[in-house]
Amino acid sequence: MGPLVPEVIGNELNFIVALFIGIAFGFILEQAGFSTSKKLVGLFYGYDFTVLRVFFTAGVTAMIGVIAFNHWGLLDMNLVYVNPTFLKSAIVGGLIMGLGFVVGGFCPGTSVCAAAIGKIDGMIFVGGSFLGVMIFAEGYPLFENLYLSDAWGNVRVFESLGMSQSFFAFLMIIVAVGAFWATTLVEKRVNGEPNPIFKRVKLYYGLTAIAVLIAISAFALPDRKENLLNKVNDENFTNSAKVKLMTSDELAFRIIDDDKNIQIFDLRIKKDFDSLNLPKSNNYTLGSLFEKDADKLLSLKNKKNIFIADDELTAKKGAAIAMKLGYTDIYILQGGLEQFKKDIIYFKMPETVNSQSEKDTYRFRTKASGLIPKLIQENKEKQKSSGEKKQKRVVGGC
Amino acid sequence: MNEKKYMNPYLAGFFLGLILLATIYITGRGLGASGAVKSVYTTIVESVFPGYTSSAKFYQEYGKEHPGNPLKNWLVFEVIGVIIGAFISGLISNRLKFKLEYSPKSSTKVRIAGALIGGLLFGFGAQLGRGCTSGAALSGMAVLSTGGLITMMAIFGGAYLFAYFFRKMWI
Repeated sequence: MGPLVPEVIGNELNFIVALFIGIAFGFILEQAGFSTSKKLVGLFYGYDFTVLRVFFTAGVTAMIGVIAFNHWGLLDMNLVYVNPTFLKSAIVGGLIMGLGFVVGGFCPGTSVCAAAIGKIDGMIFVGGSFLGVMIFAEGYPLFENLYLSDAWGNVRVFESLGMSQSFFAFLMIIVAVGAFWATTLVEKRVNGEPNPIFKRVKLYYGLTAIAVLIAISAFALPDRKENLLNKVNDENFTNSAKVKLMTSDELAFRIIDDDKNIQIFDLRIKKDFDSLNLPKSNNYTLGSLFEKDADKLLSLKNKKNIFIADDELTAKKGAAIAMKLGYTDIYILQGGLEQFKKDIIYFKMPETVNSQSEKDTYRFRTKASGLIPKLIQENKEKQKSSGEKKQKRVVGGC
Repeated sequence: MNEKKYMNPYLAGFFLGLILLATIYITGRGLGASGAVKSVYTTIVESVFPGYTSSAKFYQEYGKEHPGNPLKNWLVFEVIGVIIGAFISGLISNRLKFKLEYSPKSSTKVRIAGALIGGLLFGFGAQLGRGCTSGAALSGMAVLSTGGLITMMAIFGGAYLFAYFFRKMWI
């Protein structure tokens, strides 16, 4: 599950990745003609809308990709850097940049491209941008208040607008396609002739139809997480899931035996988990089973994944979700944690013993009721000293 | 020598979108450009005035989020790549040439002044707005960040607002 950094791709390798991504980025920008200010400002004077076409297409393509990857469980959006919103500085900074765009004819990325192919005005622009950074840096105390004001956090636009992600994506695609058609007409009027690149009109009608179809499907595509979370609330669905059962005795035995291949997913609320938790267990909610933390553990081979909660049904919900997501070797604790407590932790020898097998079981449980609480305590000490190791959001930005 | 034609913009946009998507999938962050200027600038200041950067507030905030050598920064490596990539593209398209480009209605002096001041404004604005067209606008659109989209609209809206006053430089 993405992001691949930092587990699959280490922090050092990430820099090499940056280099190659930059090469591809610079190559495409130059190929598109972003290395000449003439083409770039054409957007603002109506004679060349290349910037809008490239920009909008790129943004929408990546947006659809991100939504799709997230939906298919390939990317954990909770860990992806989302530019934070500081309302005033976003607007003022943007306006200043807009002025810089029409005065200078470049933006930072394109100025670098232009400089790379020998454009002297591009190089001067890059030099100017250092001066701009210097003014901001040295004058920072003057700008600090504006810079830090109205901090909204890492909000996403559909949250701010109070609509669903799919609906916003749908709107964005429609707006993009509309803009493409409108600007083609404007370009034709300003230049007096249609843009020769778009000779094959039928092709573009076809592409538009595909784009609209994608837009509609984005809107209609149900969110996998929402879907599953709703489904498991239906008891029939959850009960029909063919999860394997593990008895308290077996779990107790494996814990005492320090079985390295068990992973316990504890679905109780944090308060209960914190006050008493079993070794080799981690706390999750049904929702967090969709995230990268859970995916890392559930994807490991040769592990037994045991879902526990106070009762069987809650644990079964988690197990059903895990199975639907494609993970294997899923178990639930028979009778839930309540049963485990009765059988093992707070085991009391019953009055009558009926058979040899019962005698053996009770002998084991007597031993376990001494060992398990000790292991729980040891585990608690270990947790306190190592602290919480959770996945953090990637630090990005400029 | 004939210059090769530019790539179809929708195709280029599609490829750019794929690059951005791959970037997000692999690294968990988007593209950027202006941040590299900040890193290089910080490095220069630190080498010319050692000790200064640990005292001034601007650098302290930056240093907190990016410990270690400011040049060992994702964006710096990315921008080095951009230079290389653009160069290669220019090379294979026969577009490598030292040139100061300006509209026939303008002049070299005006263009040089414009590039310098425009760069200054953009460099400053990108710091204030926490990103430029690549980092805030493009990457912001990909992850649907509110701040990114607001900055994007401000950049392009602002440009349209001011375009009329500078039209003599371009058309």
